[in-house]
Amino acid sequence: MLDVGIEHYLTLASALFTLGVFGIFLNRKNVIVILMCIELMLLAVNINFVAFSAYMGDLTGQVFTMIILTVAAAEAAIGLAILVVFFRTKGSIAVEDISELKG
Amino acid sequence: MLASLAFYLFAGITLLSAVMVITARNPVHSVLFLILAFFNAAGLFVLLGAEFVAMILVIVYVGAVAVLFLFVVMMLDMSFADLRKGAMKYVPVGILAGGILLAELIVVFGAWAMKDGAEPVQPIPADITNTEALGRVLYTEYILAFQVSGLILLVAMIGAIVLTHRRRPGVQRQKVADQQARTTHESMEVQKVTPGTGV
Repeated sequence: MLDVGIEHYLTLASALFTLGVFGIFLNRKNVIVILMCIELMLLAVNINFVAFSAYMGDLTGQVFTMIILTVAAAEAAIGLAILVVFFRTKGSIAVEDISELKG
Repeated sequence: MLASLAFYLFAGITLLSAVMVITARNPVHSVLFLILAFFNAAGLFVLLGAEFVAMILVIVYVGAVAVLFLFVVMMLDMSFADLRKGAMKYVPVGILAGGILLAELIVVFGAWAMKDGAEPVQPIPADITNTEALGRVLYTEYILAFQVSGLILLVAMIGAIVLTHRRRPGVQRQKVADQQARTTHESMEVQKVTPGTGV
């Protein structure tokens, strides 16, 4: 079952997390892609949790993966709801327009 | 041998589709590559022996989150090409930040080692399936965390409804309370009509 070492999974998760961070810089105007990058980063965290869980023989990591999954789903729903409301008022989803909402 | 081949296949496709998510010009393509990344991550979870989490990942991410993204991307009728203008300006900063982060992660994980004598908090039982083991732990030891995550979902649901719900002007709706509150003397009037004249 566990032919490859845990280092492989940790490397994959690191690369995925870094890609998520880099994607936020690359798509810094588009809120939808920024939200997708956050999902990628949460996926990297989940891979870390499950890898440690499997290699240490501990179920706790998988329980926490499910809780992170819940938070990720809630975050995506709220983020997209805010996005829809913002698009209705401003007619755009550019990040620089959002700064005009400050009080 | 086959398992490590499967690992490299899943890991490679996951990374490639992650790259495509952040570089695709069309956000719809980004969402589709995100779905591909989630499917392959689910494959990795199956390789690790976490079947239940893998299935939940497919159901929650592919079935709910990615479809939500797809809905929103297609609902917002706008030109996404304008949003990419000037994006290349920030690539050096992004490479710098990402490179520093990757170096830090490599330093942390490279020096990582399990402590001698460390014991699992919830050891994975060998004789029952992954789903059953997870259920036994989730509803006993982690019942509080489970309830709190349910509460988080409730708050997210109410928040999303409150945010996106709107009252449009000019829509005729039935107001049941107003209809019930009508009385006889304010809704009808008796007139004496004398013969030969109008009302």
